[in-house]
Amino acid sequence: MNDDRLNLLKTKLTNFNIEFSDVNGTPALYVDKDNIIDVCRILKEDESLKFNSLVDAVSVDWFRKKNRFEMIYNLVSIDNNERLFIKIKLESRNPEMQSLTAVWRSADWYEREAFDMMGINFINHPDLRRMYMPEDYEYHPLRKDFPLMGIPDSIPLPNK
Amino acid sequence: MAHTIDKDLIDNDPEIKKSKILQALETEDLSVSFDDALDNEMILNMGPQHPATHGVLRLLVSLDGETVMKCIPELGYLHRGYEKLAEACTYHEYIPHTDRLDYLSPMANNVAYALAVEKLIHLEIPERGKYIRVIIAELARIQSHLLALGALVMDIGAVTPFLWAIREREKILDLYDVICGARFTTSYTRIGGVAQDVSEESLAATKVFVDEFTENLQEMRDIVERNKIFIERCEGVGYLSKDDCIDLGLTGPLLRAAGVARDLRKDDPYLVYDKLDFDIPTHTESDCLARYYIRIEELLESVKILNQCLDKIPSGAHNALQSKKVLPKKERVYTKMEELINDFMIVNFGVNPPIGESYSAIESSKGELGFYFISDGSGNPFRLKIRAPSFCNLQALAPMMKNCMISDTVVIIGSVDPVMGEADK
Repeated sequence: MNDDRLNLLKTKLTNFNIEFSDVNGTPALYVDKDNIIDVCRILKEDESLKFNSLVDAVSVDWFRKKNRFEMIYNLVSIDNNERLFIKIKLESRNPEMQSLTAVWRSADWYEREAFDMMGINFINHPDLRRMYMPEDYEYHPLRKDFPLMGIPDSIPLPNK
Repeated sequence: MAHTIDKDLIDNDPEIKKSKILQALETEDLSVSFDDALDNEMILNMGPQHPATHGVLRLLVSLDGETVMKCIPELGYLHRGYEKLAEACTYHEYIPHTDRLDYLSPMANNVAYALAVEKLIHLEIPERGKYIRVIIAELARIQSHLLALGALVMDIGAVTPFLWAIREREKILDLYDVICGARFTTSYTRIGGVAQDVSEESLAATKVFVDEFTENLQEMRDIVERNKIFIERCEGVGYLSKDDCIDLGLTGPLLRAAGVARDLRKDDPYLVYDKLDFDIPTHTESDCLARYYIRIEELLESVKILNQCLDKIPSGAHNALQSKKVLPKKERVYTKMEELINDFMIVNFGVNPPIGESYSAIESSKGELGFYFISDGSGNPFRLKIRAPSFCNLQALAPMMKNCMISDTVVIIGSVDPVMGEADK
């Protein structure tokens, strides 16, 4: 994304409190989690931006006191051939945010995966179930305080 | 005088409504009575062990007679925790694990991973290394598409084309054997290049394969594409509109079959794809038949790319000259002090990228295969997120299957071409 396009993006989003950064050359926005849905609607529906495809969502556990969790959404504009990351900082104690399924349908499974692996709660998600682990599993394996070897007896084995 | 049947009597008498086969099932000593399955709703469990689900995909299908009302895919039967494992491996150690993601095209995963790490540590590799990577990535695309096409027509009932596709695929595995020493789990790329240079003989063998391939593919196309059964089972099945495809985040052949010419090889060129001449085939029908044709045409484009690469491949070094990041040659490790130290440091402590984040993706046979790294400056990644195309494409399974027939489900799964190793991570 060149400077003109980046300035256009900045003018479109002047009403919101947004911090601009980049991920190794690709622009990234730190968006406040309270107005995430409004920002995403502008990014998707504005005729000159048109970030119409959400291709991935990354959940991060920074393992620190404040803002321990983070969600990174990977957006692509197919028409303009541009990529953009949206980052949302989440609380340590009770990580939750509005689900983006209202804007992009593909957020459904990405958020289910983040819920399963990192324990992030998505409000207004239509079907928030575990993606990979068994339904009655108690832990979130990608958190940094989950040991690599797993927790013994956390998955009941069949009787011999 | 004509015998008239009282219609009310039929509706009220359950014995008359039941089909003959259900009546035959009910015997006097069996107390359970059956409803006619074709007139009632039922829940069908497909998989995880089912030949047509291409691995351990489980589907819960709600049926009204033979029509699918709703389908819920269930994943996780092959979950090995590769993202967690990456946090305990150095960047080099993780390369063999990438083979096990999309195990139908391991070379493409190797290339994607190596490119992602090189972007993170800002390393450029020599031209010859880039050409070698393009050759193996395109061989991987042929390898994966051949199995996808063969399995699709076999699910419809034609076994011969599957065997012919596998015959061609075996030749690619033999080429891998010559190029890197392994047929299946290749682990061929390294950070900063590839494990060893390709020999003239293996390039010549690749040339022979590529020259024969178009003709051998035509043989398969001849018996498939004019087959009435094949066309009727595929045409119009699994339709998904262009807007839905984009909204669901689809990439790869599924998106191109809906008329969107999105291909990272053109849109975000990596390696030497910007120097090669090839087209991005698109179709607009967005059904299973269009997805079949997209894969066939991509095979022919891959042949074009391979031919150009084999002509153009330059001589010279195949690995970058960066002794702190790139593993040295084994014979030099055994004889030279400097290389021994570097080898020890890379193997034991890793390549230590700068603190930061990086995302890099390639166009694999199934779509956008990306790796998102977060580095804290140590030898292991702080977080690795794999953007697996099969996982994202599987999300489209439920909308595609809505209101189709139960027999169409296997065709739709075949046309999506999921690999569970990648989808379950």
